[in-house]
Amino acid sequence: MPAIVDIRNLSKTYDDGFQALKDVSLEIEEGEILALLGPNGAGKTTLISALCGITTPTGGSASVGGHDILSEYRDARAMIGLVPQEIALEPFEKVWNAVRFSRGLFGKPRDDAFLEKTLRQLSLWDKRQAKVMELSGGMKRRVLIAKALCHEPRVLFLDEPTAGVDVELRRDMWQVVAGLKESGVTIILTTHYIEEAEAIADRVAVINRGEILLVEEKQALMTRMGRKSLRIDLTEPIEAVPAGVEEYELELAPDGRALTYTYDTSAERTGITRLLQRLSEKGVALKDLQTKQSSLEEIFVSLVKEDAA
Amino acid sequence: MNLTAVRAIYTFEMARFFRTLLQSFISPVISTSLYFVVFGAAIGSRIDQVEGVSYGAFIVPGLIMLTVMTQGISNASFGIYFPKFIGTIFELLSAPVNFLEIVLGYVGAAATKALFIGIVILGTSAFFVDLNIQHPLAMVAFLLLTCISFALFGFIIGIWAGNFEQLQLIPLLVITPLVFLGGSFYSISMLPPVWQTITMFNPVVYLISGFRWSFFGQADVPIGLSLMAIALFTAICLGLIWLIFRTGYRIRS
Ligand SMILES: Nc1ncnc2c1ncn2[C@@H]1O[C@H](COP(=O)(O)OP(=O)(O)O)[C@@H](O)[C@H]1O
Ligand SMILES: [Mg+2]
Repeated sequence: MPAIVDIRNLSKTYDDGFQALKDVSLEIEEGEILALLGPNGAGKTTLISALCGITTPTGGSASVGGHDILSEYRDARAMIGLVPQEIALEPFEKVWNAVRFSRGLFGKPRDDAFLEKTLRQLSLWDKRQAKVMELSGGMKRRVLIAKALCHEPRVLFLDEPTAGVDVELRRDMWQVVAGLKESGVTIILTTHYIEEAEAIADRVAVINRGEILLVEEKQALMTRMGRKSLRIDLTEPIEAVPAGVEEYELELAPDGRALTYTYDTSAERTGITRLLQRLSEKGVALKDLQTKQSSLEEIFVSLVKEDAA
Repeated sequence: MNLTAVRAIYTFEMARFFRTLLQSFISPVISTSLYFVVFGAAIGSRIDQVEGVSYGAFIVPGLIMLTVMTQGISNASFGIYFPKFIGTIFELLSAPVNFLEIVLGYVGAAATKALFIGIVILGTSAFFVDLNIQHPLAMVAFLLLTCISFALFGFIIGIWAGNFEQLQLIPLLVITPLVFLGGSFYSISMLPPVWQTITMFNPVVYLISGFRWSFFGQADVPIGLSLMAIALFTAICLGLIWLIFRTGYRIRS
């Protein structure tokens, strides 16, 4: 199946000469949730802006649903919903009129029932007659999402949707995203909150300094890059790591009451059985064991660090 | 052509107007009445007649033009500048619309507002003076063309402006003087010869003169020239807008 969003060697050099995107290629499958991860200034917003028509790419090409974003911009853009990073809304307009405007702007015939459904889904129905400026920040963001959804997009871009929002909205939003995925909408979400990607994404793309560093299934990425650590709590404190287990490069806690072994989950054998056996042979009494999987966050930080090096 | 989008923009822009309908309605009524009190009653009582028309009636076309021009510009320039300023322009740029449709929506709404106010002034004037419009069709055509061309011009200013000062700059420094010196309140023939010549470089003179001709059947300049002037102005604005469209000037980075 061809990718619903197909980005080929896309570049963007801003007027001031700054190159924000360098030869970005990325294929996004229909129906998946892709998290675009990257630190501030990595080029996430620029990439989305180029795909949505807010900024013109200076090199390469891209298509959405098979439609070139430049030569067939009408067909391409009609499929896209965009929730921008910054809240930008007409302050004096009523919520209802704002969403109706968006639907019309995208050329869709009036459909009040669909708008009602969208507003209800985002807990905005009670506020439909309120002016935008009377709403709280979180509510405004909901309006932005409603505006993006009210023309029934097949591809939804969420640019840092949960930056600075409350827990409730975040939960609602994840629910909406899950519902959209159910109905086959493809979702591209930029974030620098790794937990978000970890919680909802199918695949993760990491971007830094305008370049895609990797694209991978979230699960595979975590398995491949994931380090696990085994913490061994001891009954009695010890002075030093016992001899005979050097190859494990154990770390002794400052208080001498715990040993930590870090290993790769993708390794054939982890050697844990032998390690525990040897420790007990050395007379070290074990109290408890604990393993911990490193999070996407740690993976991400190490990737970006590698890139900087 | 995405007509649904044009209508959406138009409706949305008109809503801004209707929100302040009372103000939109009352302020031209009051200002027109004031003009009549000051110019019509105070000065008019001394001038009596201009080219066979009572001074009060004589100033009506100029008054309408003056307001329609400034309103057309300010409505359209603000209409497109505001989304740039608050950032909602992103939605226009990401929508499946072309620049022509955006222009139709914004300029259409701005021209409609200007037209509405022009009609309100015309109606208010009828309370003060006897109006007998000799060429009603030409009057409507001139009024419409002026609304549209000045809204187009305002749209260009709104695209060009990078801040609120620039938004006000051209209307204040160029349009207002030209409009006030364009013969709204006097006939060109009342000026000394040197000034008559200088005045002929003011494009607004041709518009006001033509509009006045449609009321009273007489003009400072031949009606053909007036028509050419407004056509030329409209063409220049359309050309500029086409250029903006081609280059994405100040809209799409
Ligand atoms: N209009 C612009 N002109 C020049 N540089 C820009 C412009 N917009 C963004 N940039 C630069 O491009 C880089 C990427 O920005 P952005 O795409 O917003 O990053 P992100 O969304 O990942 O935080 C940043 O270094 C930013 O300063
Ligand atoms: Mg960003």
